[in-house]
Amino acid sequence: MATYNTSEFKSGLKFIMDGDPYTIVENEFVKPGKGQAFSRVKIRNLKTGRVIDKTFKSGDKVEAADVMEIDMEYLYEDGEFWHFMEPTSFEQHAAGEAAIEDVKHWLKAQEIYIVTLWNNAPLSVTPPNFVDLKITECDPGVQGNTAQGATKPATVETGAEIKVPLFVEEGEVVKIDTRTGEYLSRAKES
Amino acid sequence: MNWQPTTNQETRQLRAQMNHDIRTFFHQRHVLEVETPALSQAGNTDPFIQSFQLLNSIATNNTSRFLHTSPEYPMKRLLAAGSGDIYQICKVWREGEAGRNHNPEFTLLEWYRVDYSVQKLMQEVSDLLHALLPSLEKKDKKFTYEQLFLEKFDLNPHIAKHADIVKCTNTSIPSLETVDLDRQALLDALLTHCIEPDFESDCLTFVYDYPASQSALAKIRERKDKSSVAMRFEVYLGQSELGNGYQEETCYQRNKDILQSENIQRQKLNLENVKQDENFLAAAKSGIPESAGVAIGLDRVLMALSGINTIQKVINFPWDVA
Repeated sequence: MATYNTSEFKSGLKFIMDGDPYTIVENEFVKPGKGQAFSRVKIRNLKTGRVIDKTFKSGDKVEAADVMEIDMEYLYEDGEFWHFMEPTSFEQHAAGEAAIEDVKHWLKAQEIYIVTLWNNAPLSVTPPNFVDLKITECDPGVQGNTAQGATKPATVETGAEIKVPLFVEEGEVVKIDTRTGEYLSRAKES
Repeated sequence: MNWQPTTNQETRQLRAQMNHDIRTFFHQRHVLEVETPALSQAGNTDPFIQSFQLLNSIATNNTSRFLHTSPEYPMKRLLAAGSGDIYQICKVWREGEAGRNHNPEFTLLEWYRVDYSVQKLMQEVSDLLHALLPSLEKKDKKFTYEQLFLEKFDLNPHIAKHADIVKCTNTSIPSLETVDLDRQALLDALLTHCIEPDFESDCLTFVYDYPASQSALAKIRERKDKSSVAMRFEVYLGQSELGNGYQEETCYQRNKDILQSENIQRQKLNLENVKQDENFLAAAKSGIPESAGVAIGLDRVLMALSGINTIQKVINFPWDVA
């Protein structure tokens, strides 16, 4: 079983604590002039996304987590699982609801997502920062209305609800920032 | 390759000026600049300081050598040989100490004053730091270790029961597992996590009279209430610990006992035994004069001088790019 010593701590390091996988967000080394040193870390639970504070005594060991982040193509959902594929090996992985919960509305077939695998099973999915999605539902556009900041609700092909400027029409493809859910621009014709 | 230094020219000029000012300060006070070896046959036995070791080199005749973690032992040999007041500016190495305020290789200013009391040395540390950092206008703060714990936790660190210190730590630092921490580690955790952050940011804070168990090579003094304290101080600028000073232990037997007990503690902590410095002990046997000594981390002083808050930006080529 691989372990990490506190002297190997750095952001991004992944380990197991109380049965859950964690990643280090921030690491601070503290030491009185003489005496015991500590590593004060902020760590993110990779299952729940919660960030907590933890203090380790220098020299403490933690169990390394077999966590990998791999680019995968989203294929389809079958009602129970969401299926992803590694584009080079064609190996497929089925993600359960818990893993895709936060990104359900951004899943589009053939797009590439970062899938975090823990012991070879999908733990979480991160969408690309920007995606181009087709508007499937919105009120008709108001020609000539270019008032700054005026928006209307719209639904995109993946099911997400966003706000778009008044001039955007149903059927158009728009560019969206998945981190904020904000409309950025009309997508360039491909 | 990212070959460029992490400092800017202004920081490099500030370092040169700081070194110049330190040398002027000690020249005026008739303290002699000295040099001692960086790579020695013996290492630091302190269980909380790890030396880098050079192993099995032909040049060292298949024995290991240790990079010094401070020039303390050989400087005390000079004192025993009649050097009088001495100072040294040198690079030292401490394995595993890396972070925003730590670089495993760093620059130390260490000096010793013969016939000085630790109080008198604290005053000199203050004089030097005020000379280097003219922007420090506020009066220094001074607290005993006990005072800090009483004020913050209503806990007397010298006589409190172990269970009460554990309880205090669990309440104050819920993120820390206290099960396998001994008394010293618990107090260290409380000091670093809860007390240091309260130090005023724009003045010097001196902390003195440490628990006798944390004496290292400092003298121990018995107080009126029969409890003992180590005649040791730490100086902070804001929350940044700059240095550590002692009323130096001059008794040969106690110096010897400390080095041995440190190696016993190493064993308990599952750390490698470190070859103790017999030359230092021989000097102690012949007689180290009554003296007070202190070591100051100059990279941290430079951080204060330049207003830069990561040590890697005041060192030309820090650990990861050295």
